[in-house]
Amino acid sequence: MRRIVFCLLLLIAGPASAQDLGAVLEVSRDQIAKPSRQTIGPVIDEIAASGAGAVTFLEAWGDRRLGLTAEGRFAIVDGEATIDAVTGARITEEVDLLRPNSGVRGLIAAALVPAQLADPDPVRRQAALDALGRDATPGHLPALRQALQDPDPGLAARKARLERLLTIRFDPDPAARVTAIDSFDGDDGTDVQAALSPLLATSRVAAASLPETANIAARLSPGSDDLSPDAAYRLLVDAGLARARLTEADQKSALAAHIEGDQVAGVPVADLADPAARDRAYAALAQAGTLAPAATAEEVEAALKAHVFADIYAEASPEVTDAARAALNDMAFRKRVQQGADLTLDALSLASIYFLAAIGLAITFGVMGVINMAHGEFIMMGAYTGYVVQTLVPGKTVSLIVALPAAFAVTFLAGVVLYLLVIRHLAKRPLETLLATFGVSIALQQMAKNIFGTQARPLTAPDWLGGAISWGEVVSISTIRVAILVLALLFLGLFLFITRRTRLGLNMRAVTQNPGMAASMGINPDRVAMMTFGLGSGIAGIAGVAIGLFAKVTSELGSDYIVQSFMTVVVGGVGNIWGTLAGAALIGGLQKGIEVLNPANTLAAQTWMILFIIVFIQFRPRGIFPTRGRFVEG
Amino acid sequence: MLIRKYPSVLIFLGILAAFTIAVTLMSQAYGTGAIPTSMVKTLGKTLCLALAALAMDLVWGYAGILSLGHMAFFALGGYMIGMWLMYARTGEIVAATLANAPIPPTPMELQQGITSQIFGVVGSSDLPLTWAFAGSLPMQLLLVLAVPGLFALVFGWLAFRSRVNGVYLSILTQAMTLALALWLFQNDSGFRGNNGLSGLQNIPGLGHVPQATLSVWFLWASALALGLAYLLASWLVAGKFGSVIRAIRDDEARVRFLGYSVEGYKLVIFTLTAMICAIAGALYYPQAGIINPAELAPIASIYLAVWVAIGGRGRLYGAVIGAVFVSLLSSWFTGGRAPDLNLGPFSVQWVNWWQVLLGLAFVCVTLFAPRGLSSVIDAITGLRHPNRRGQDLGPDLGALREQEAEA
Amino acid sequence: MSALLEVSGVSKSFDGFKAINNLSFAIAERELRAIIGPNGAGKTTFMDIVTGKTRPDSGEVRWGENSRSLLRMSEAQIARAGIGRKFQRPTVFEDQSVEANLIMALKAPRGPFAVLRWRPSAGSRARVQDLAAEVGLAGQIRRKAGELSHGQKQWLEIGMLLAQEPRLLLVDEPAAGMTLAEREQTTTLLKRLAETRAVVVVEHDMEFVRRLNCKVTVLHQGSLLAEGSLDHVSANPDVIEVYLGR
Repeated sequence: MRRIVFCLLLLIAGPASAQDLGAVLEVSRDQIAKPSRQTIGPVIDEIAASGAGAVTFLEAWGDRRLGLTAEGRFAIVDGEATIDAVTGARITEEVDLLRPNSGVRGLIAAALVPAQLADPDPVRRQAALDALGRDATPGHLPALRQALQDPDPGLAARKARLERLLTIRFDPDPAARVTAIDSFDGDDGTDVQAALSPLLATSRVAAASLPETANIAARLSPGSDDLSPDAAYRLLVDAGLARARLTEADQKSALAAHIEGDQVAGVPVADLADPAARDRAYAALAQAGTLAPAATAEEVEAALKAHVFADIYAEASPEVTDAARAALNDMAFRKRVQQGADLTLDALSLASIYFLAAIGLAITFGVMGVINMAHGEFIMMGAYTGYVVQTLVPGKTVSLIVALPAAFAVTFLAGVVLYLLVIRHLAKRPLETLLATFGVSIALQQMAKNIFGTQARPLTAPDWLGGAISWGEVVSISTIRVAILVLALLFLGLFLFITRRTRLGLNMRAVTQNPGMAASMGINPDRVAMMTFGLGSGIAGIAGVAIGLFAKVTSELGSDYIVQSFMTVVVGGVGNIWGTLAGAALIGGLQKGIEVLNPANTLAAQTWMILFIIVFIQFRPRGIFPTRGRFVEG
Repeated sequence: MLIRKYPSVLIFLGILAAFTIAVTLMSQAYGTGAIPTSMVKTLGKTLCLALAALAMDLVWGYAGILSLGHMAFFALGGYMIGMWLMYARTGEIVAATLANAPIPPTPMELQQGITSQIFGVVGSSDLPLTWAFAGSLPMQLLLVLAVPGLFALVFGWLAFRSRVNGVYLSILTQAMTLALALWLFQNDSGFRGNNGLSGLQNIPGLGHVPQATLSVWFLWASALALGLAYLLASWLVAGKFGSVIRAIRDDEARVRFLGYSVEGYKLVIFTLTAMICAIAGALYYPQAGIINPAELAPIASIYLAVWVAIGGRGRLYGAVIGAVFVSLLSSWFTGGRAPDLNLGPFSVQWVNWWQVLLGLAFVCVTLFAPRGLSSVIDAITGLRHPNRRGQDLGPDLGALREQEAEA
Repeated sequence: MSALLEVSGVSKSFDGFKAINNLSFAIAERELRAIIGPNGAGKTTFMDIVTGKTRPDSGEVRWGENSRSLLRMSEAQIARAGIGRKFQRPTVFEDQSVEANLIMALKAPRGPFAVLRWRPSAGSRARVQDLAAEVGLAGQIRRKAGELSHGQKQWLEIGMLLAQEPRLLLVDEPAAGMTLAEREQTTTLLKRLAETRAVVVVEHDMEFVRRLNCKVTVLHQGSLLAEGSLDHVSANPDVIEVYLGR
């Protein structure tokens, strides 16, 4: 039964004039012995069409079990036994095994496909489908259609899908192909893409007139954006329709070859710095017959006018190309939507980093009107604290859990010390504070460099933060960034809790709104400011650990984020956590958004973002959420 | 008139002249050779930095605008002159190479040769539009003033118009500087990306003049520029204009109610100082030999403010003293010439610890000696600060502090 | 009699708090007017609106013969148009000499380039001397304004206002913190000033207002409550209620 089906399939698939296997092998022995991928195709087809024994022969050839005896008989090695490929007789003599390369083996496998598609063994059917997916010929389509029935529903579905794909590629009827293309609506599989893309392949042609039947993708006029006059003329030259033009380099070397004394064709060499003089000299040489005349500018123009230029589809049917283009456009659109989603995630993650970096700054700036230029160095201190903790505490998870409060403590203390030693003495002088904290910043940065060296220190995340979460092929986000997003949200919550539910928060708000009144109510503004500053600095420390997990920990870590943090605070508006959040979202989103428009260039993205902010400040000088009221005018 | 009113101008110019003559007499080109050429260059560059600091003092010390972007104008000036230096110099080299060919080059070929020499490093073969005038010295000299001037004008107009001031303005100027630096860092912006412009110490047409001589010439030019700018600045701050900008520094709302357009004055002083910085930069970078976008880093502009603060804000000689003192001390410490400080088991290597010292010293100056190094001069001339029980001299953020004022 | 300044239907609120509510007000040339009202009546906001410091939410402020709108003008333009303002606390430029303060205030072109070209002339020197003498600072002309006493700073500021030669003078609580003799002096000065220009005095000291002996406008919660002579408004039951409590 199995054999009969094979033969039937082979008869359908193979060429009409089927020959006996022995005869085929006799004719093509040398080619089979030393096959090349380019030329072996017809031979394989003939073998496949030769009926009984063909499948066994091809399988053995593909498995490198086929050999040649000394007198030129093909032999199949099957375990211990060796038999003649045509007669099936046992062979005892030495056999020289053939080693077809992978390209040839692919062709053999494709030729075997029709038979294998109907094989009772599902594994073989699966393998046959895989082979067909990789390398199919028009002949496979009817074979596949014959074998569409399959007891395994999964394989049946795959066969049906492959049948539609092959219909797109090989069916002679354009309507059937269009139907098949439309049937893939909403499907973004790479196999569909691979089937559709070649349909839209074009070639650029230049001709006196285009054939009626040509499936034209686009007519081009020389001098348009798609086709420069030079390129158009080169097409004409390549097509043998026009004479080549003289390039400046050719002209120069031709002239140099004809220098006689201090002249070229009567033109003094010293004058040849002038392009017109060079043309004169060349024309004189051409007239004298020494050099081939070159196409003149007028000739070029006339030739360009006399010919038409177009991109022509290799595929003849316009219906098919239209359907394919529409399907590919839909696919590209869906891909862009996915990329948009991925980008949103990226932007969100960047925004959460800026938010973390800026929140401490926003607190100190909002409550005290103080810009702390050393804020970036506090972030750096947090990251180095994380690094030191990791060297002391074994276990990545444990050390991370220890590092977060440790970083908070270290930078909280640093903030309090900075407040007590410097900032308190510069009350109401924010510009001097800015400069003094800058002094602290360069001192801290250099100290970090002296202590930890200039090379980057690792701050490794535990394994459970190592992976990435992904949806589909395009959308993915690394787990660390999700963790940072969560951390940012936690801090938002913590900040809201502190300002709205705690004594410190109440005092902070009181001091922000009316320091004088707050003082007379028994609040010590100095102490509140100190705690506020400590809190802001402590959060910077934790942000440092978070940033250190995905960025390199160097002494410059802080300064990489400080300007963006300033921007976040300025854009968001002072003294409002939602403003900081909005500022971070705006800046993160904007930066990612601009990066999409110019993906190769993150520097440009940052440049444009800053320009945007400068313009933004024009319209909202006090940020997105300004502090309002009678007393903040001016 | 000016000198009669402010004898310090005469003293300053005298010291500057004496310094220039002394360095000339000790240079290798015109004197004993006691000062090596590299040191002459360092001194010339220091004068340029002092010129930039002078501009910074005008804008911050007198008008109260803490700009963290003036070094960007300095670098822009350097870029503008650097374009000509590099283009013309490369032109000389390319012409010399092509002169050996059998056929003389066309102007087009010359330009292509120059372009590929200059921009090959960033993988470009076209001359960017921004280099259209690079072949012409007068045009590039004009651009030294025009580009930073226009830039400052547009930025200042945008910022002052929307009444951005205080810390906001400082951050905004810092952002502007960063944006400019990032833009210049890109290869396709047409300024050779992070390679910057190099070989600027070779002056086109002066290839036969040794560097020792050139360095003295540039020292003279820098000293002349500083002297002229000092005169200009003194004249500006001495008159009614100076009165108005100092009033803006201390209480700009009140100045508005007097009928002065505060924004206009800020714009004039911002643009003018930007152009002074550009001149300083145009004189600095031929002495430094190389300029790249790192020169525009926001930190450079903050250093400028640090110099002015250390020298003493709101007095012109303070800015010059601060810039000269800090930059010379800095090059002494970082040059490895300072002896290590031995603290028993721990030895302080100044190459590593100078920045720490500078940072902390600066904090101390801000806290304890707002007049900075000018305090010394004040002590000599018997100037005191008024006793105002800690009150500043005006409500604005840039207003002078009690200790900064003169009684 | 055409109005020099005409404020009509002006409203302004801060975060929902109505500081000025549909206020209309007019003053003629060479008129002396007192505006009184309890705290929070909108007196300062009214001055802020006229001088351009605050933009009203609605309404119109017109100025001069051509009835120019002041709403689209900046503070500096309004000041140049001829409206001077005296703040409650003396605000002079403390780091500069009395002379420099007065020179800055002198009526002259205000543009940056005009100021750069400006040179003291015999006329300007004499004017500064006169002004200093008028406010009793003739001997202090070289001193820094920051060294002056509180009262002297008040006088210097008045001198600066005179130098500005405004057509309308807005004076915010001039009597605050003054001795009796100084009040006397101030009253005389204000009355004399009103002979050549319009003067609006914002005050809540009734005794001082009585001495000015002029038309009085009473503000309450951002609106006009009453207008007329002091005796007239004192008899108004609304005013009594506002001032004496209900």
